Amino acid sequence: MTNPLAPPDARGLRVGVLALQGDNAEHLRVLASMGAQAVPVRRPTELAMMDGLIIPGGESTTIDRLSRIFDLAGPLKERIAAGMPVYGSCAGMILLADDIVDAARSSTGEPQQTFGGLDMTVRRNAFGRQRESFEVDLDFAQLDPEGGVGEGGLSEGAAPAPVRAVFIRAPWADRTGPGVQVLATVDVPSAATAATAATATAAASSAAQQGGTVRIVAVRTSTLLATSFHPEVTGERRIHELFIRMIRGEA
Amino acid sequence: MSSTEQPPSSAPVTGGNRVKRGMAEMLKGGVIMDVVTAEQARIAEDSGAVAVMALERVPADIRAEGGVSRMSDPDMIDSIVNSVSIPVMAKARIGHFVEAQIVQSLGVDYIDESEVLTPADYTNHVDKWNFKVPFVCGATNLGEALRRINEGAAMIRSKGEAGTGDVSNATTHMRQIRAEVKRLSSMPEDELYVAAKELQAPFELVREVASAGRLPVVLFTAGGIATPADAAMMMQLGADGVFVGSGIFKSNNPAARAAAVVKATTFHDDPDVLADVSRGLGEAMVGLNVDQVPEPHRLAQRGW
Repeated sequence: MTNPLAPPDARGLRVGVLALQGDNAEHLRVLASMGAQAVPVRRPTELAMMDGLIIPGGESTTIDRLSRIFDLAGPLKERIAAGMPVYGSCAGMILLADDIVDAARSSTGEPQQTFGGLDMTVRRNAFGRQRESFEVDLDFAQLDPEGGVGEGGLSEGAAPAPVRAVFIRAPWADRTGPGVQVLATVDVPSAATAATAATATAAASSAAQQGGTVRIVAVRTSTLLATSFHPEVTGERRIHELFIRMIRGEA
Repeated sequence: MSSTEQPPSSAPVTGGNRVKRGMAEMLKGGVIMDVVTAEQARIAEDSGAVAVMALERVPADIRAEGGVSRMSDPDMIDSIVNSVSIPVMAKARIGHFVEAQIVQSLGVDYIDESEVLTPADYTNHVDKWNFKVPFVCGATNLGEALRRINEGAAMIRSKGEAGTGDVSNATTHMRQIRAEVKRLSSMPEDELYVAAKELQAPFELVREVASAGRLPVVLFTAGGIATPADAAMMMQLGADGVFVGSGIFKSNNPAARAAAVVKATTFHDDPDVLADVSRGLGEAMVGLNVDQVPEPHRLAQRGW
């Protein structure tokens, strides 16, 4: 078996972090600590050299706009369609979704766009505004039980220790398609979501759990991974490890 | 192994330090624009702003019109909150904890305890730990930044000299903070006690900065940014992002200038892009040399 104390092997991989806006530095730091060649990506020439890409937290409308102005959106969509592994956190999850239920519209009525690839519909700022931003422990499927868990130490049994998840004006998935696996959900106390639940359309989903207050906050396909929350700001490494295993074709 | 302070796993925690500081992390590499109407807020969002600062008058007008400057009308803040999907910030006067309570209750995403408004307390700043919504505060040097962080600020910005279009004070503040951080990180540990005394900042924070080589929170720049080149220069001086106050909506083509400043902030280290985005923007705000502003009217000197 692998030594649980050994650093996950990302050596030899070139993993980009989209650096148009957002907390790309935090993702770059995690990747570098795992041995990957971590590269900020702002140009098509940089994107072309990557084995995988992370779309960081930030403002999805800003990243969308800059990616189109600087001719990165087209090449990125092509790489996603061709099977390049991509992980998106928060804004990155929005940008990987095929649909946004409440897309921002410009003064001329043009909706914000996404790179797409994940057959799901996301809702921006779904949990509310900043005062509703929160952190909570989550069970997260498919994490390596022997993987590093930051400061918390290693879990004993088969079940991995929960992920301390930080949600900041975070999205959730209203709907996921048949090819999309749900990796984590969050139980939203009804009082906290009264305002959003009132405006939410029925969160009918083939993959959704029963009950109106369970929200999908992490999903994957064979090449795409997305989380509503920010493992890059807590020292949590296992989700990046999962992504590295996806790039290697091992998960 | 687990800390005794760790809350039960089922209970979500709001208003903690991680979501407050984390919110600012998500704004990095972005531009936050002062807006006074819902229409301006939409122009800012269209241009790629990461957030807007809702206020009644931009600093250039506050400076021109004089008088006591206060928190904006809640109706006006509401109209901006309801018109955009990006985060909305609003200003409260230094030390005016009730204005801060009101602004928090309106649902704004960040509160700027700002020297641009007339201070309400010349001794104490707001105790920002009492709020769920995070605060950004101005600073001219490292000691001031650390005092604000000690009071609970989750984000720091340079003060610059707001409403002038003269970037020189922002430059001074960014260079000053950067130099003081570098000085701390090169010091032997036993000299940090005196350094903390001289900075008039808590020792624990001083030690944290010395070992990390940076502030524990995001550092934006503000005050006098009027052009894409100004924004890019601040980024090259180490800013994590940019506030533009009067510089956009006091220029004669706000939409084009706003978009150009956003692009310049992202590609701050690429002169070819900077040259391209600086073309054809029309007149920048007229501006005012900081030298011509009498000392008592300089906003950067408010706060301590």
